[in-house]
Amino acid sequence: MTTTVEPPAAAPAQPDRPARTRPAWWDTVVVTVLSFVLALAVGAVLIVVSDPDVIDASSYFFARPADTVAAGWDAVFGAYRALFEGAVWDLQAESLGRAVRPLTETLTVAAPLIVAGLSVALAFKAGLFNIGAEGQIIVGATLAGLVGFGLDLPVGLHLLAAVLAGVLGGAVWGGIVGALKARTGAHEVIVTIMLNYVARFGLAYLLTTELFRRPGRNDPISPIVDGDAQYPLLLGETYRLHLGFLVALAAAWGVWWLLERSVIGFRFRAVGANPDAARAAGIHVERNLFLVMAIAGGLAGLGGTFQILGTEKALTTGISAGIGFDAITVALLGRGSPLGTVLAGILFGALRAGGVTMQARTGTPIDIVLVVQSLIVLFIAAPPLIRTIFRIRTQGMGAMQVSKGWGA
Amino acid sequence: MSTTVADRPDIVEAPEPPVQPPVSWKAAATMLVLGLLSLLAFGLGGPAGEQTTFVLSLPRDEVQLDPLVVASRPAAIVLSLLALGLAAASAWLTRQRRRTPAWLVSGFTVLWLLAFLVWAAAGARLSLTGLLAGSLLLAVPIVFGALSGVICERAGVINIAIEGHLLAGAFASAVVASLTGNVWAGLVAAPIAGLLVALVLALFTVRYFVDQIIVGVVLNVLVIGVTSFLFGRLLSPQQDTWNSPPTLSPIKIPLLGDIPVLGPVLFRQSVIVYLMYATVIIVHIALFHTRWGLRVRAVGEHPQAADTVGIRVNALRARNVLIGGMVAGLGGAFFTLGSVGAFGKEMTAGKGFIALAAMIFGRWSPIGALGAALLFGFADNLQSVLSIIGTPIPSEFMLMAPYLATIFAVAGLVGKVRAPAADGQPYIKS
Repeated sequence: MTTTVEPPAAAPAQPDRPARTRPAWWDTVVVTVLSFVLALAVGAVLIVVSDPDVIDASSYFFARPADTVAAGWDAVFGAYRALFEGAVWDLQAESLGRAVRPLTETLTVAAPLIVAGLSVALAFKAGLFNIGAEGQIIVGATLAGLVGFGLDLPVGLHLLAAVLAGVLGGAVWGGIVGALKARTGAHEVIVTIMLNYVARFGLAYLLTTELFRRPGRNDPISPIVDGDAQYPLLLGETYRLHLGFLVALAAAWGVWWLLERSVIGFRFRAVGANPDAARAAGIHVERNLFLVMAIAGGLAGLGGTFQILGTEKALTTGISAGIGFDAITVALLGRGSPLGTVLAGILFGALRAGGVTMQARTGTPIDIVLVVQSLIVLFIAAPPLIRTIFRIRTQGMGAMQVSKGWGA
Repeated sequence: MSTTVADRPDIVEAPEPPVQPPVSWKAAATMLVLGLLSLLAFGLGGPAGEQTTFVLSLPRDEVQLDPLVVASRPAAIVLSLLALGLAAASAWLTRQRRRTPAWLVSGFTVLWLLAFLVWAAAGARLSLTGLLAGSLLLAVPIVFGALSGVICERAGVINIAIEGHLLAGAFASAVVASLTGNVWAGLVAAPIAGLLVALVLALFTVRYFVDQIIVGVVLNVLVIGVTSFLFGRLLSPQQDTWNSPPTLSPIKIPLLGDIPVLGPVLFRQSVIVYLMYATVIIVHIALFHTRWGLRVRAVGEHPQAADTVGIRVNALRARNVLIGGMVAGLGGAFFTLGSVGAFGKEMTAGKGFIALAAMIFGRWSPIGALGAALLFGFADNLQSVLSIIGTPIPSEFMLMAPYLATIFAVAGLVGKVRAPAADGQPYIKS
């Protein structure tokens, strides 16, 4: 592997150029962008075929085909324009302050996605598939919330204690998985899926108890966390962007350092690459399985604190908002690297934030975002497919392979 | 080699002590602990002087049975003691270095559940027929999903996308049945939808060797996204056109349907339930008593060996994924045509993952998966029944039970479960 190779001046992929003259990251970018375009195209097809105006116009398609095409274009352009305006820059806003609001919203939504994505990515590096970020977020948010509204601590200390409680909660929930895997060989995918449900029902139960229920309310909602246990807002009251985003970036740097510069991270990667070889080299595989899952769980728990102490401020059964599941796609899109995960997290944050605006302005259901997200990952997961579709040559990306069977 | 042991008098064969395989006390120990718990909590700790009433007949039954009334505490004590007897039998068998048979575990489970029921429904009336019938209905999609998993994983492909197959089947059956006004067209559309999802799974896992769990997870998201999107765009605003399917009516099987208690539960059901019985039997026979089944299991356990004797490993795997997709898709039709009719957003609500759990709990066998699915359906239904009559246990814990049970199962706390050896590993011919 060499990094000194210059990217060719004519950067766009050309089929006849020998693949070796391009650095590996360039292929990654090309495949990711093409996957994104392709996913948006498939999403556009869905929008067109389900659009009421298009269906009306298609009833006289053979008389005036242009009507159908125009209606289809309007539907797609309107939806994707609203998606962009909700995620990046509001073209219809009167002031600059309102125009950048979508961007801050994207970053706010991205923060928990980034740390939860890091959780999944870190586990990937050790050969583990953490589908349990959702449960770890729930447990983290629950404990952070309990400290946030249940305890009375001085300013500064309160936030710190609440965040630590959340991280600890996530770490325990993830650590259970690692410990079971290490002791009994129970497959982490099964255990994490099951623990997600246990966490969800556990929170549902807790919200019926005296300790968690908001006084005077019968529905499952907790008291609001104290002001001094909330993440400080970064840009003032107008925007929801809070300190959590910077914490997420710091966490990404931390994971990078852990994996690339520390002994612990080296052990994780060795265990992930080949557990037998790692064991032969004197690495305590079981201990590392537990440790990596505990850290991964802690990261997801941190994401839970962003939810409870940053944006939501009160516990409900929907506190995790499916972030733990999106985190899997974020980590896959980011190819397990911390930087990639940050970028993928921001992209998915943009899709989430923009999707809300799109649904509000054009009535296009936000679920199209799920379609686009999953298609991106499917397309990048199989580079041969992209290669076939776009007739380009890519290198250095074998099909993704993480899990090794149920391995009892 | 000319020198054998017999030729050399200096080597005397020492009588080796017979090497005995280690015995597992887990089954016996678990049963003993649970039995004692039942005796203490449900029996001795139960409310004194209360009665539990089991209603055995539905009002429309031809043969009306009198309700069974038992004194709660003594009955729970007796049932717990019987269960403890079975646990002791298991311990005795283990001491004799023999395996605990499956019927013994099943018997223990039934006794334990009865003791629990007697305790939980003390002072109330509980319709046993209704409880069992509801359990069966809740189990139907889980059975189909788990069978789909068995078919795929026995051939070595992990199918996490069961949820996606189910949801696609539910969606397609509702839409097609609404548009055509024909419930049978909907029933045909369901497996086709499952097949389409399975095509993607097969393409990515078998053709492109992409990680099977990744593809499964992503496919679930994709199907949720597509169905929810179309639901919001078409099915919900134009319900009359897109989402008002006819439903399947129950068919009573003559004679069998008149058996007290079991008749209404098993033989007065819609055609999907009968298809479920058939599928379980067919998959069991096909997997363990046909040449096809032998090949599937060979591919799932040792693909290289299977390839050596001329089995086309990846073709067989792809075919099995497609069959599995159709089975799960058919199960999806139960959510719509088999029960409420209209499709609802994300209406499978994680049943696909319960099916995955049932498959593992049932140790990758069709009959085992059926049993596990019935148990999970029972737990689910019990939770809703008990929340109506009121019990000491919060309903959330009842909802958790199947998931916790599965964690215990995979952690080997209730006997070892072992997946097919090559499950999840792509076969790349070298």
